[in-house]
Amino acid sequence: MLKALIKLAGIAALLGVAVFWFLTAPNPLPANMLTGIENGDVQNGELVFFAGGCASCHAKLGAKGDEKLLLGGRHPLNTPFGTFYAPNITPHLENGIGSWTGAQFANAMMRGIAPDGSHYYPAFPYTSYARMEIEDIADLWAYMKTLKPVDLSNLEHELPLPFRLRRGLGLWKTLFLHNDPIVEIDENDPQLARGRYLVEGPAHCGACHTPRNLIGGMDKSKWLAGGPAPEGKGSIPNITPHKTGLGPWTLSDIAYSLESGFTPEYDSFGSSMVSVQENMAKLPASDREAIAAYLKVVAAVPTVKP
Amino acid sequence: MRKVILGTIAACIFAGTAVYAEPIADRKAAMKNVGMAMGSLVKMVKEQMDYDPNVALLSFAVMNNASIGITSLFPEGTEMGIDTTAGPKIWEDMAGFNTAMVKFQADTAAAIAAKPADLDAFKAVFGPVAANCAACHKVYRLSQP
Repeated sequence: MLKALIKLAGIAALLGVAVFWFLTAPNPLPANMLTGIENGDVQNGELVFFAGGCASCHAKLGAKGDEKLLLGGRHPLNTPFGTFYAPNITPHLENGIGSWTGAQFANAMMRGIAPDGSHYYPAFPYTSYARMEIEDIADLWAYMKTLKPVDLSNLEHELPLPFRLRRGLGLWKTLFLHNDPIVEIDENDPQLARGRYLVEGPAHCGACHTPRNLIGGMDKSKWLAGGPAPEGKGSIPNITPHKTGLGPWTLSDIAYSLESGFTPEYDSFGSSMVSVQENMAKLPASDREAIAAYLKVVAAVPTVKP
Repeated sequence: MRKVILGTIAACIFAGTAVYAEPIADRKAAMKNVGMAMGSLVKMVKEQMDYDPNVALLSFAVMNNASIGITSLFPEGTEMGIDTTAGPKIWEDMAGFNTAMVKFQADTAAAIAAKPADLDAFKAVFGPVAANCAACHKVYRLSQP
């Protein structure tokens, strides 16, 4: 009887492991999506690069001017879960992504999967990049290959034990990784559609401007309402149209702030928003106007005081 | 009468210390003035307002004035309080913060010395002055308290 029970418990445990393994398995992009991945357009790729803000994390801390195109990584992100170090994403063969295929790049960007099949931590904002168009990913890939290789090895993230087990991220992804749009808009308005694409996709504004729950997923009910800074001191501003957010700002105030870094009171952006704004300034004016238009139609949510 | 005098003295001391003990409010007011001056300059750059050399000089002077001695308004112990957006980096790297303010002072002084007579001359000195805002805020300022 006891033997039978032990056997049963053993089978149950194995089954549990099997279910966990199944649920946490990487779920790559379908191959038919990737047919054009190696034929991207470098010129548009450069714009996608700035929209995506890659250099803000992958260039070294405090990089200025052309240094922002040296994406050797090692930039620390101090989060409540531990310290993440951005990896080298230059075409360097050993230390960068020089040996990758376009399909591997697309799976990293849109599914958070490394070439070896392991899960990336969502400090890499693939939950936003998942909403990008595959053509933009192809163009970005073409542009990435034009960047200068940097010979700098990756640093190990500094995380407490439970978070060191990447396999479990598969479960996290079933909760938080999908490509449905977040905000309903008038689908016939191309400007709003462009604004939504940029904000919810490549520009990943929600990664900082939306508060997160206990396990690090974005709280969509407070989309863009600001909250505690994901790293360091202070908090992140509410950019919804609520009066405690961007309510008093006009469309041109928002677009101009992204172009120049100045608020309507001629205060200037601080902290990590400076490098975000420098990227936004590289986009066509129509993109900054589209972002402004979108920010005016998202739900107005009051700022939650910490 | 005695009470009134004592009260007045107490009020004076309180008012005195209140002014002296509010470096956070003072530095905020100084930066707010810089922002107002910036507003006038940007309106001229964007040609929403005709270029006026006197407005340009006055605005640069307001900025230059704010930069003088402002670093003394960041004493130890004022890292927190009344919604300050001063970043912790100021106290970790006071020397670097001082250097940034000295640069701001030098750039605004150079703009004043240049006495820009027309819009093009003005734009040439405006750029280097304006670049100070983001360069310093990026490192030494929080986005929001």
